[in-house]
Amino acid sequence: MRDPILSISGLSKVYKGGTRALDKVDLDIREGEIFALLGPNGAGKTTLIGAVCGLVRPTGGTISAFGHDLGRNWRAARSRIGLVPQELSTDMFETVYRAVSYSRGLFGHAPDKGFIEDVLRSLSLWEKKDSQIRELSGGMKRRVLIAKALAHEPDLLFLDEPTAGVDVELRKDMWQQIAALRERGTTIILTTHYIEEAEEMADRVGIIRKGQILMVDEKAAMMERLGRTEAIITLAQPLSVVPESLSPYPVELRADGTELCYRGGDGSGKGREEIANLTKALVHAGIDFRGIDIHDSSLEDIFVGLVSETEAA
Amino acid sequence: MTFNFRGAWSIYQRELMRAFRTAFQSLIAPVITTSLYFIVFGSAIGSRMEPIGGIEYAAFIIPGLLMLTLLGETTSNSSFGIYMPRFTGTIYELLSAPVGVAETLIGFVGAAATKSLILAAIILGTATLFVDYEIKYPLYAVGFIMLVAASFSLFGFILGIWADSFEKLGIIPVLILTPLTFLGGTFYSIDMLPEPWDKIALANPIAFLVSGLRWTFYGEADVSIGVSLGLTLGFLAVCTAVIAFIFKTGWRLRE
Repeated sequence: MRDPILSISGLSKVYKGGTRALDKVDLDIREGEIFALLGPNGAGKTTLIGAVCGLVRPTGGTISAFGHDLGRNWRAARSRIGLVPQELSTDMFETVYRAVSYSRGLFGHAPDKGFIEDVLRSLSLWEKKDSQIRELSGGMKRRVLIAKALAHEPDLLFLDEPTAGVDVELRKDMWQQIAALRERGTTIILTTHYIEEAEEMADRVGIIRKGQILMVDEKAAMMERLGRTEAIITLAQPLSVVPESLSPYPVELRADGTELCYRGGDGSGKGREEIANLTKALVHAGIDFRGIDIHDSSLEDIFVGLVSETEAA
Repeated sequence: MTFNFRGAWSIYQRELMRAFRTAFQSLIAPVITTSLYFIVFGSAIGSRMEPIGGIEYAAFIIPGLLMLTLLGETTSNSSFGIYMPRFTGTIYELLSAPVGVAETLIGFVGAAATKSLILAAIILGTATLFVDYEIKYPLYAVGFIMLVAASFSLFGFILGIWADSFEKLGIIPVLILTPLTFLGGTFYSIDMLPEPWDKIALANPIAFLVSGLRWTFYGEADVSIGVSLGLTLGFLAVCTAVIAFIFKTGWRLRE
C-alpha cells in the first residue's frame, strides 16, 4: 500500500478551560479515498479538521500531510489542502468572482481565468459571478465556499458538514460534485451528521466520540461486521411457541404470537438468503403468513448502537 | 515554498480594493474633516493669531493636522482590516492558507500603509487650497510619513487582533490617539505651554511625532528630529516584535 496522504498520530487537543476535544487520535487517510468522519455534536470532528488545517493548535501529537510534517513544513502542506468550513463565513460585500479568485492567489497559484470559470460553472455559480455574496441564498453561499476551496486545486479537501442546512436537491448536487472530485483524484474527508451521506459516498468511515476514534473501517466491512437484517413475518394464526422446525433460525415471537421476528445475518446479504429459507420452512411446516417486512440495518443503526454502547460503558 | 509572494499580493490587492469600495468613508470623509479644521482653525481663527516661530499659523498647523488624520485613519483602517475577518469568521481561510507572518503583514499592513500615504497626499493637496506653504525637506517628510504610516498600521493590526468587540476596536483611537494628538502640539507649539506643562507634554509620545513632521516641513521643532525618528523607529520595532509573538503563539488567532 502507498504511504497515507495524511497521517495523524497521537493527536490531542485540550482547550483552555480543560475541555479535551481530541484524545490521542490516530488516523491515516489513503490517497484518493472519500473518508467520512461520523460523530455526534461536540465529538471533536471540527477540532480534528481545524488541527490539520491550521485553525487549532494541537496540544500534542503529530500530523503529516503529503510527507511533510505540518509543524515544520506547513507552507508546502497547506498549499495542497482545501477547507470548506461548517459556518457560512463569507466576505459579504465581495463579489463571487473576486472572492473565488482571491482564494486562488492566497494559496499561491497564478491567476487562471479559465479554471475559475470552470469551477464556478461546475457549481452553477457562473451566472452569479458578479453578485455580492450577501445577496445569495444559504445554499449558494455554501457553493461559494466550496468554489473558494476548489479554486486553489487542493489534493486533499476537507468538507465540514457540507450539506448542513442544504435542501435535498442541492444535497444531491453536492454528492455529484464530490463524486466528480474523486474522479479527478482529490482525496476527500467529510464530516457529517447525516449517516445517509456517509453511506452514499464514503469508501471508509471513522466514528468519533468524545475526542476518540472508536472505529475506522471500510464502509462495506463495517456494514458486514455490524450489519443485521430484520424480518417481521405477520402470521395468519397466532403461535404460542416457536415450532421445533424453525429452531435453526434466530427467530422469536412478538405481539402475542401474531408476528414472527427474524434478526440475523450480516451486512453482506446473508440474512436475506436465510429469510428466504425461513419462509420455505414455514410453508413446509404448514404455518400460514400474510406479510413479510424486511429491513437491513443502516450505518445509522450501527452508529447509534456504537455510540450508545460506549455511553453505557 | 519559502515565501508565498502571490498570497501576500492577493491580500494586499484585496485590502486596497476594500478601501476603494468604501472610498467615501476611507478617503473622502477624512478630507472633509481636515478641510473643516483648516477653515475653522487655519483661516477663521488663524488669521487673528500671531505667527509661531516665524511660521504663519495656518501653515503651522498643517503637519499636526496631517498627523491627526494619519494616526487615526491608519490605526482604524488597519485594525478593521484584520478585525472584520475575525468577526465574520472568514479568517479561517487566512489561517488555513500557506501564508505566515511575513505575507500577512505585507498584505494587511502594506495595504493600510499605502492607503495612509494616499490619504496624506490628498490632505496635503487639500491644504494648498487654504494655505500657501512649502515643505523644506520633502524627502524627509515623505520618509517620516511612511515610517509613521507603517508603524501605526502595525499598531492597528495588533489592536484588531486584541479587540474582541467593536467597542474595544473604537476605544483606542478615540480615547487615546485623538486626545494625545490634540495635546501633542497639533495646534500650538509646546514652548507656548506654561511651566510645568511644557515638560509634562513631552511625556506624550505623539508630541514627538508632530514635532518631527513639523521639522521636515519648516526646519523648526520642539524636539530634535533625531529623537523623533528614534522614537518612531523604536515604536515600529516594538510593534513588529508584538506581532511576531502573536503569530508564534497564535494568540487570539488560533485556538
